[in-house]
Amino acid sequence: MIYQHLILRVVTKMLVGTIILFALYVQFHGDFSPGGGFQAGVIMSVAFIIYGIVFGLRTVKKVYPEWLVHKTMALGVLIFAGTGIASMIMGYDFLDYDALSPDDPVAGQHLGLLIIEFGVGVTVTGVMVAIYYAFAGRNPSISDKDW
Amino acid sequence: MTDTFINIILLSMLTVTALAIVRMDRLFAVVMLSGVFSLLSALLFVTLDAVDVAFTEAAVGAGISTVLLLGTIALTKPVEKRPRHTALIPFIVVCVTGAALVYGTLDMPAFGDPNAPAQLHVGSDYLARTPDDIDIPNVVTAILGSYRGYDTLGETAVVFTAGIGVLLLLSGLRRRREDEEEEDQA
Repeated sequence: MIYQHLILRVVTKMLVGTIILFALYVQFHGDFSPGGGFQAGVIMSVAFIIYGIVFGLRTVKKVYPEWLVHKTMALGVLIFAGTGIASMIMGYDFLDYDALSPDDPVAGQHLGLLIIEFGVGVTVTGVMVAIYYAFAGRNPSISDKDW
Repeated sequence: MTDTFINIILLSMLTVTALAIVRMDRLFAVVMLSGVFSLLSALLFVTLDAVDVAFTEAAVGAGISTVLLLGTIALTKPVEKRPRHTALIPFIVVCVTGAALVYGTLDMPAFGDPNAPAQLHVGSDYLARTPDDIDIPNVVTAILGSYRGYDTLGETAVVFTAGIGVLLLLSGLRRRREDEEEEDQA
């Protein structure tokens, strides 16, 4: 645990919330503005990574434990594929979002896009954080003068 | 006119960054410069109106991969190892490949050409149908999520598989379990 770098710690604490908020904006505003699940997932994972860099791997693993990371990796793909299965059960084609609201296909498409983008975001967040954990977990810490 | 000016500035900064990366042997500086390189490419994508791609490049190239490369340096050494062979053969290979790529671009349609193959295939159909079918302003999301949902599902599966691969290679589940047992005892 690093007890120096006061400015870094204060700025990080201020940034993490903003980064997560921005990730959620990119996630759920992807229909109207640039970005979508993939970008949102990357930004979301950056919030955890920057927290891990400044406060140490052990601290961030308390917030987002490793078993949960592994579960979220799979959960996103399941959400995406599950949407496809659901539309098949409703009697439509695989990933035909009209099935989600047969009376109003456009609303069904909106809902479907929102769900699958969420699935993409969840998986990408999980994978990016998992890769960071895997890299950072191999070396406890690097002293500043080594750079 | 302004576009050309911006493109020239960005491309020359890109070249300078690339040359600086080649010249450096402090790997920390190289990693930081590769982040700068990604950021400059993201700016170029913005001038090409490919904002979604620019977004991805800025987030992944300048953000995540910089962190991962720093993590890799921490596991290895911060200084580049001098190669034992001469740089002549790699230089020739790079020149020939570069010349082949430039030769390849001669056949490509001009930027913004309405008769380019990319515009004549399903692209215009998607553009025409999106307002009726899906009714969202960002056509990229409509194509990726709905018309090409199958491909995006595949991409998500690829990201998932890549994550599993890294976990299998790097995390060392058995070693971690032993560490945790030691912690429990301590």
